[in-house]
Amino acid sequence: MGRLFAIEVIYRGIFQKTLATRITRSIVLAAHEEGKMGISFGRYGDSPERNGIPAKGFAIVGDDAQTLEEGMAKYEPKEVDITIVVDDTLCKGVESWAWYGLQPVNKLLKPSGTLIVTSRQQPEALLQMAHRKETPYNLAILKGTVSFSGLWVYKDDHTDVRILGAIAKFLPRLFSLKSVQKVIIDQWSDPVKAESAARAYERISSVAVQPGQGSPETPYKFDFPKWHEMGDGIAIPCIPAGGEMEDPISQASGGFRPDRNPTFKKYTTRTMRPVVNFDTCIKCTLCWLQCPDSCFDVTPEGLYDANMQACCGCGVCEAVCPVKECVTMVNETAFEDNASQWEDWRKDKEGYQAWLAEKIKSRPERSHGFRYRGQYEEQVPEMLETAREK
Amino acid sequence: MATLVEAPHSTDKTALITGSEAIAVACKLADVDVITAYPIRPYDTVMQYICKLVANGEMDCEYIVAEGEHSQFEIVKHACACGARVFCGSSGVGWMYAMEALTVTPALRIPMVAMVGNRALDDPGAFGVEHNDALAVRDLGWQLVWVDSAQEALDTALIAYRVSEDRRIFLPCAISCDGAFLTHSQALVEIPSQEKVNEFLPPYNRADLLLHPDNPITVAPQGNEDWVMEIRRQNYAAMERVSEVLKEAYADFERIFGRSYGNPFFEEYQTDDADIVLMGMGTLSTPVKVAIRQMRKEGKKVGFVRMRWFRPFAAAELAKSLGRFKAVGVIDRDYSFGSPYMSGVVTTEVRTALYSAPGPKPPVLGFIAGLGGREVTVPDVQKVADAVYKAAEGKSQPLTQWIGLRE
Repeated sequence: MGRLFAIEVIYRGIFQKTLATRITRSIVLAAHEEGKMGISFGRYGDSPERNGIPAKGFAIVGDDAQTLEEGMAKYEPKEVDITIVVDDTLCKGVESWAWYGLQPVNKLLKPSGTLIVTSRQQPEALLQMAHRKETPYNLAILKGTVSFSGLWVYKDDHTDVRILGAIAKFLPRLFSLKSVQKVIIDQWSDPVKAESAARAYERISSVAVQPGQGSPETPYKFDFPKWHEMGDGIAIPCIPAGGEMEDPISQASGGFRPDRNPTFKKYTTRTMRPVVNFDTCIKCTLCWLQCPDSCFDVTPEGLYDANMQACCGCGVCEAVCPVKECVTMVNETAFEDNASQWEDWRKDKEGYQAWLAEKIKSRPERSHGFRYRGQYEEQVPEMLETAREK
Repeated sequence: MATLVEAPHSTDKTALITGSEAIAVACKLADVDVITAYPIRPYDTVMQYICKLVANGEMDCEYIVAEGEHSQFEIVKHACACGARVFCGSSGVGWMYAMEALTVTPALRIPMVAMVGNRALDDPGAFGVEHNDALAVRDLGWQLVWVDSAQEALDTALIAYRVSEDRRIFLPCAISCDGAFLTHSQALVEIPSQEKVNEFLPPYNRADLLLHPDNPITVAPQGNEDWVMEIRRQNYAAMERVSEVLKEAYADFERIFGRSYGNPFFEEYQTDDADIVLMGMGTLSTPVKVAIRQMRKEGKKVGFVRMRWFRPFAAAELAKSLGRFKAVGVIDRDYSFGSPYMSGVVTTEVRTALYSAPGPKPPVLGFIAGLGGREVTVPDVQKVADAVYKAAEGKSQPLTQWIGLRE
């Protein structure tokens, strides 16, 4: 038996699908340059993907065909050598279509495995989000703007090749930088991309994460019912309609808060979230009407509070809001909880405005696809610049 | 001018009606709420008879003519989820056109009762009987029953509603009636009183699965591999329960209507002293029984086992019964190309039932006959019996033979 390697890529559905596929394919091709056998696949249960919903791709490589077969006897690997996270907000956890509950981002890492995250944050910030793990591991940050694109386009900002260079650094037994560069040239005939891979290889470094370091939160777990405990006829109870909200200050009741799915919280489905300026809201109802996830609670005074249990972070509310900076999408890494913004505003309006101003500074350098004309042209050179920074 | 004196409603009466009409009468007696129709021969006779009952004011129901069989079965599926007792049916390729709806109906535990006027699948476009249409759903959770007389069609329809709508079951049931021989031949049928039917058949109660604003549920959400096996296992359990519920229903039927079918799953004819038996489903019982009477005059002790319920398949009971004979010949009015020994569907299932049975295992020969509505004649049956006798004597015989073929 030879050695078996497993690498997973955790990504945002649709927006990073092509990116993830390019990475897992290239891993197999680069390992094959050195005589190894491999398979690249996306988790079937994540498909059809939804915008921004966490998803996974895998590359399984063995020294020989039989070793690979041993590794593929289980469709999804139980443990991986490297976890690649192409959006740092995923450090909060992975709540996918494919399973129930919240999976810590580092869950599958072998002891002393490496978590590679593309981010502009420092390790301390990411470790605040990532759950604690019982075994030590290494955290490496590939500095850069998180790479998002749309369903039909690919933003060629070198994130893929830089990650391949980083893998060669941390797992040289899998493949060398030389093999990575060969595969890059074979696939894309671009020496600049090969150079980006080399720079990432040279510069990437990691910090050791000890057991107990990380978020102390217990991830939400879901126990499956046995067949005879389930109702039959493929019928499930509807989520009740919901009811009035209560004002935390006046105790007045009113408005409407829909009840929500208790087993799917969507806390990790966002890469950005809306913050609302309740002082400038004109109660036009557009955000409430247009939100595809019915995430807005109607407050007793007729304001609209984005409920983080239901928000997928799509940004439609920001796009339809007619008031300047009334709804602003903010990088999800700027938040530590999912509390109600309206309740905070009711309790302390001045404090809320200060909080709001602070948060709005963290406007996303990321976005879902292309939010304005020229974004691609603006972001790609910026990313290439980042890749070249000393 | 002759005066028609109508018998009081509450008494049984005798009528000269076809198998299709008998099913229509059962629908009336069962007070079916929603009926969908789309014409295809020979099933269309049922829709015509029901239509007439509605037009004459004898029956009150929603009668919807769909634009095709797929919609036809989807409409009643939904109506049944909303608590309506439903009926529909089809034949041959019409049944196949409804296949997606037929697939989801047992999965959603919809106790739909349907009549299949058995018809050869196209091509060629033939109207005659073949059983491959109804058999196409044999693995999906449908209860499948074959009848051989108009009386049995009426009685079985009432039993089908009772069993399907039992909360322990909630599975659809298809009643197969051979095209022409049953759907288009009139026979004397005893029509029971409404009172007796009411005593036998309680109203349909969708209970916790009722799709209604007062019982907000989502039916048929998308589910992944975390749920599918458990859902299939639930249907397995429901199908497993059918035998017991069927036995209860047949016992109650006998008590209330005074007509006994004995063993609900299969009928035995002159098997007590038989050396060999023939098997089959549907109306071929008539030539087979006549042939057996003739052969017995010649001293050949031949019996007959007519399968009624094909799903659920009463494997243990059947194997126990067949173990008494020296050889078995199964006449299939269907084909299963490429199956083990190229036999028909029923033959293959009978062999499977015997394989794991604890008792003796007689040799089983398969015969394909009567396809596309060709008659199975008395001489055909005698030919079958001759071959089965040879097998009983230990003489080598082909495991599958075509009977009544020009060759």
